[in-house]
Amino acid sequence: MSDDAKKPKPILQLVGVRKTFGDFVAVDRIDLDVRQGEFLTIVGPSGSGKTTLLRMLAGMDVPSEGNITLHGELINDVPPNKRPTCLVFQSLALFPHKTVGDNIEFPLKVRGVDKETRKARALELMRVVRLPESYHGKNVMKCSGGEKQRVALARALAYDPEVLFFDEPLSAIDYKLKKVLEKELKDLHRETGKTFIYITHSLEEAMVMSDRIGVMRAGRLVQVGTPEQIYAEPADRFVSEFVGEVNVIEVARGADGAWTGVDLPGTYRITPPKDTAAERAFVVVRPEFMRLLAEGEGADNCLEGKIYNEYSLGSRLQYQVHVGQKVMLVEVPRGRLAPLQIDATVRLGFDARDAIVVGN
Amino acid sequence: MAFRLPTAGTRSAIPVGLLLLLGFAAPLVAIVAYSFATPRSFDVFTSFTLENYAGIFDVENTVWLSFLWSGLFALATVVLLAIFAYPIAYGLNRVFGRWSSLVSILFVFPLFVSENVRLYGWVLFFIKNGVLDGSLKAFGFEGGPDVLFTPGMILAGMLYTYLPFMLFPMTLGLAMVPGDLIDAARDLGAGRFQIWREIELPLAMPGILIGMLLTFVLGIGAIAEAKILGGQSVIVIAHDIEIAFTYSQNWPLGSALAVVITGFIAVLTLAVFGRLDLDRLLGRR
Repeated sequence: MSDDAKKPKPILQLVGVRKTFGDFVAVDRIDLDVRQGEFLTIVGPSGSGKTTLLRMLAGMDVPSEGNITLHGELINDVPPNKRPTCLVFQSLALFPHKTVGDNIEFPLKVRGVDKETRKARALELMRVVRLPESYHGKNVMKCSGGEKQRVALARALAYDPEVLFFDEPLSAIDYKLKKVLEKELKDLHRETGKTFIYITHSLEEAMVMSDRIGVMRAGRLVQVGTPEQIYAEPADRFVSEFVGEVNVIEVARGADGAWTGVDLPGTYRITPPKDTAAERAFVVVRPEFMRLLAEGEGADNCLEGKIYNEYSLGSRLQYQVHVGQKVMLVEVPRGRLAPLQIDATVRLGFDARDAIVVGN
Repeated sequence: MAFRLPTAGTRSAIPVGLLLLLGFAAPLVAIVAYSFATPRSFDVFTSFTLENYAGIFDVENTVWLSFLWSGLFALATVVLLAIFAYPIAYGLNRVFGRWSSLVSILFVFPLFVSENVRLYGWVLFFIKNGVLDGSLKAFGFEGGPDVLFTPGMILAGMLYTYLPFMLFPMTLGLAMVPGDLIDAARDLGAGRFQIWREIELPLAMPGILIGMLLTFVLGIGAIAEAKILGGQSVIVIAHDIEIAFTYSQNWPLGSALAVVITGFIAVLTLAVFGRLDLDRLLGRR
């Protein structure tokens, strides 16, 4: 990498980390450098091994193979209570028999901090996570979903960890509040300067908050990069599909060396894949880069299809267009085009620079 | 129509309502009524006197010794069983894994045999020239220890009989502690003992208290252990009540004793359930 020199030193380093349960490989040979102070999100569908990975980082599971080092020291077998790391659970794992204040003070209490100092610190942290001071004596189970999030966060911060882990803590929160909490979490990351490692199945969530995103699939880390890199240069078809709704066109190299769509008639001009030996590849075109061509208008790649349906996405309109046996999605800003009729025949086009060519 | 058929729910409740009325409420009323009847008479509902109660609370009367023995046995049973059952309950929840159900069945199994039969089995085992003593002598040893018919033996019998009643509520109580909370407490720096004291014990407390209450109530009313294993060396309160109703044919006294012990247990139960805020402990509010 070119920016090696200015890259901050890794705080956490994973080398060949693998975790098996019997014959099942949950996490398969993961190499990852987590930089000091970054907000790193691991994204993957359920069952991709991201929670197992997190549990190993937090010390609740021990890797079957490989090494995890913190500041260069091997911590594979260090138990969670001896690690300067803290996990915010998906369930939040708040102590139901304790008040908000006692929950937040718990890590200080077990460390033997005296009562006054504990309370002062708890109130300070409650300010940081935007909880009213009057909540100190409140039954934690009487708090709302969003308030519970804040309590869990404050409790984790009270431990004063170097690295904070998050296991999808926002998954049970309604959309609107989630958007608010995502931004607050990113602000909190800035304010505390700590290293955050966040796990989610929602790339959308990851995009909002993260400095870097790692995409996991079937126990492997498929790609690690900035949100821009993940969006613009997905490593493969899986990552590109994970980013959002995309059109995927399977292409093959013909006898003449030119690339054309498989079972999808049209005119093509496709940038060949990096892997020069490949016979087949996938062209990924986002719906917003797919255009409805006007009479006489051209594009690098042209397809002909029929409009099947129209969906309103607020500021944009999305059309489902059937091209042969395939379904294509096209998005246009609202009011840009004259209304289109269902079942009308249209020409779709996209330029080579707007398409991403990936392997499997 | 003037007559309206009661709802299906009410109709369904009639059989069990009748059963409770005849089998539970009526005897209770009879006992309370008898306790106010003239001593050594059967003038229930026709006489009223506090003599029976006065007799029980008379310092000259040694019946307080029976209350004391029953209370001590029950208390010792609760304390010792709590200590014995906790590790087993913990094991059933977190250590034994798929063997848990087998271990549970083994603990339940003795309940299928009548308590008296089991206790007489103990007598046969420990009695002079019995299984233990006789076998040891046959092999040329001194002979078994003379433990039968002592208060210690009564306590041992009670511990053995009531173990399941402490173990299973306790196991359920411990099962109510979410594993996440233990992981979280550990992650936040708590050691084993701190996790136990701060998280596990308070959250399992409903189950533990129910187990304690159950064994205490059973223990204070226990009679078979004292009669069979104790050989009447100690008279417990339930035994006193039995004597009053049988040999001495003094139903009013027996009833008064029964009312006193029932009242004591009722107060205790209400106190424990009052303290035991199940909803809060289960995190429902």
